[in-house]
Amino acid sequence: MSAPATALETRDAIAAGRVSAVDACRDALARMHAVNGALNAFNLIDDERALASAERVDRQRAAGQALGPLAGVPVAVKDNMCVRGQRTTASSKTLDRFFPPYDATVVQKLETAGAVIVGKTNCDEFAFGSSNENSAYGPVHNPWDLDRTPGGSSGGAAAAVAAGCVPLSLGSDTGGSIRQPASFCGVVGVKPTYGRVSRYGLIAFASSLDQIGPFSRTVADSALALSVLAGADPADSTASTQPVPDYLAALTGDVRGVRIGVPRAFVSEGVDAPIRTAYDGMLDTLREAGATLVNIELPHAKFAIPAYYLVCTAEASSNLARYDAVKYGYRSPAAKDGSLRTMYLKSRAEGFGAEVKRRIMLGTYVLSAGYYDAFYLKAQQVRTLLRQDYERAFQSVDVIAMPTSPIPPFRLGEKTDDPLQMYLADIFTVSANLTGIPGISVTAGFDGGLPLGVQLLGRLFDEPTILRVADAYQRATSWHTRVPPAPARG
Amino acid sequence: MSLTLADVERIAALAHLELNAEEKELFGRQLAGILDYAQQLQAVDTTGVPATSHVNTQRSERADTLKPSLAIEEALANAPDRALEAGLFRVPRVIG
Repeated sequence: MSAPATALETRDAIAAGRVSAVDACRDALARMHAVNGALNAFNLIDDERALASAERVDRQRAAGQALGPLAGVPVAVKDNMCVRGQRTTASSKTLDRFFPPYDATVVQKLETAGAVIVGKTNCDEFAFGSSNENSAYGPVHNPWDLDRTPGGSSGGAAAAVAAGCVPLSLGSDTGGSIRQPASFCGVVGVKPTYGRVSRYGLIAFASSLDQIGPFSRTVADSALALSVLAGADPADSTASTQPVPDYLAALTGDVRGVRIGVPRAFVSEGVDAPIRTAYDGMLDTLREAGATLVNIELPHAKFAIPAYYLVCTAEASSNLARYDAVKYGYRSPAAKDGSLRTMYLKSRAEGFGAEVKRRIMLGTYVLSAGYYDAFYLKAQQVRTLLRQDYERAFQSVDVIAMPTSPIPPFRLGEKTDDPLQMYLADIFTVSANLTGIPGISVTAGFDGGLPLGVQLLGRLFDEPTILRVADAYQRATSWHTRVPPAPARG
Repeated sequence: MSLTLADVERIAALAHLELNAEEKELFGRQLAGILDYAQQLQAVDTTGVPATSHVNTQRSERADTLKPSLAIEEALANAPDRALEAGLFRVPRVIG
């Protein structure tokens, strides 16, 4: 399979009349149906709705109307974002029959831009996970090796782009859930600055950490997507009113004088050798392109994981209290014969998977009387120290580079017995969520046919710089042009 | 640290989760392991360090003006049980 068309190429071809939006849509749908048996990347493939959207774009073009920046581009959306009238499950039994009465803001923005939403991607249940093995609909398989995980929690969205189904997909990132699957699937993934993209319509996991962002094969496509998604929103009080820069214009290809922070101590331990090689290789490439490497220290970075898992589970336990079987969601058949409390106890127990229950339990504990100060409050203080580490670092550098994951894509089932082992693999991603800074993962090498990603982190609202550096890196390398082997039909 | 069965049951009750015996044992063990790991935060000197509950400091306010909201049928559409005519969600008896 040759490298599939990018979002920009697809958009331009449709605008020029070289291909119709309906044909581009049919191609995407055909590919999705062909590979979903093997990958299980999609919870829902909505042919009818997608073709109707594509037809609308073709009619607009025929009528000579102006087309939006994503007109006719097939896009997949993680199944934790509400699409009005379209089944949205968060990969949980609890929401198996949930049809949102409203569109998430990002969905509205995609549609206004002319994008064609083709389906909802599989993910870890309620976005809790780093391997997409916690889904009520079965795991997603990594297109590069079907026995391995695609990463999580946005595993399906990453796999859909990697497998050439769609050039763009949306995921969400609370502790690395876009960047890590991007790394595991050999694609670009961006977690914007906290507040850059509206969370309205995103099924909440941890409200001070969650952000929606794009997956794509090229940095330019992610820049295009971000320019559509970013901006203020009256429906989300945490969505920033900071003006949105022209992200595509930022891709000048010039990194001369950019100072790249290298947190040597932090990345020296526990990182697999091939990943160190990819990381060092990326630093060399950027230095040769004119960037300067600067050693920095992040003294509290090693405490990011425990801080993260106390903060995010506390927030999750609060956010998931809404699943009470009253207004929506799964209600246990046993509820008929009992009290209101029985309805809550049984519906939640039957609707939630093990990892969801585990995190709710942990979060409830750390917020409970007697433990709040020692755990939750302490974690929030460490969060402040971490923010200060990064602020200090950004006084002498413009971007910070580190591996995305300390380990390459692991086998399905390898880490499911020990939740803590799974959590430890998030060591390089959680800081960006705790501090709010933006991060992008790009492929920087392969090991035994498995992609390895490296992250670039930037100052708050400085997506332009991390996009510019990542794009320059792609111009100097060709990792992103590799495609996975064709998966077997399921 | 360790969590007793009573601890696990107390947390489950707060979280409105009914757990079976196996889950109580499993989660008790796993949670204790995770909390043990989280204890390393105690070594960090946080004297005088304010907590960050949110990185977002912007104030967002709008005038308190009425706007259309969800129609009642739409609001009730996903309810497991409802009294459509009355515009109500239906739940097991709460009082009595």
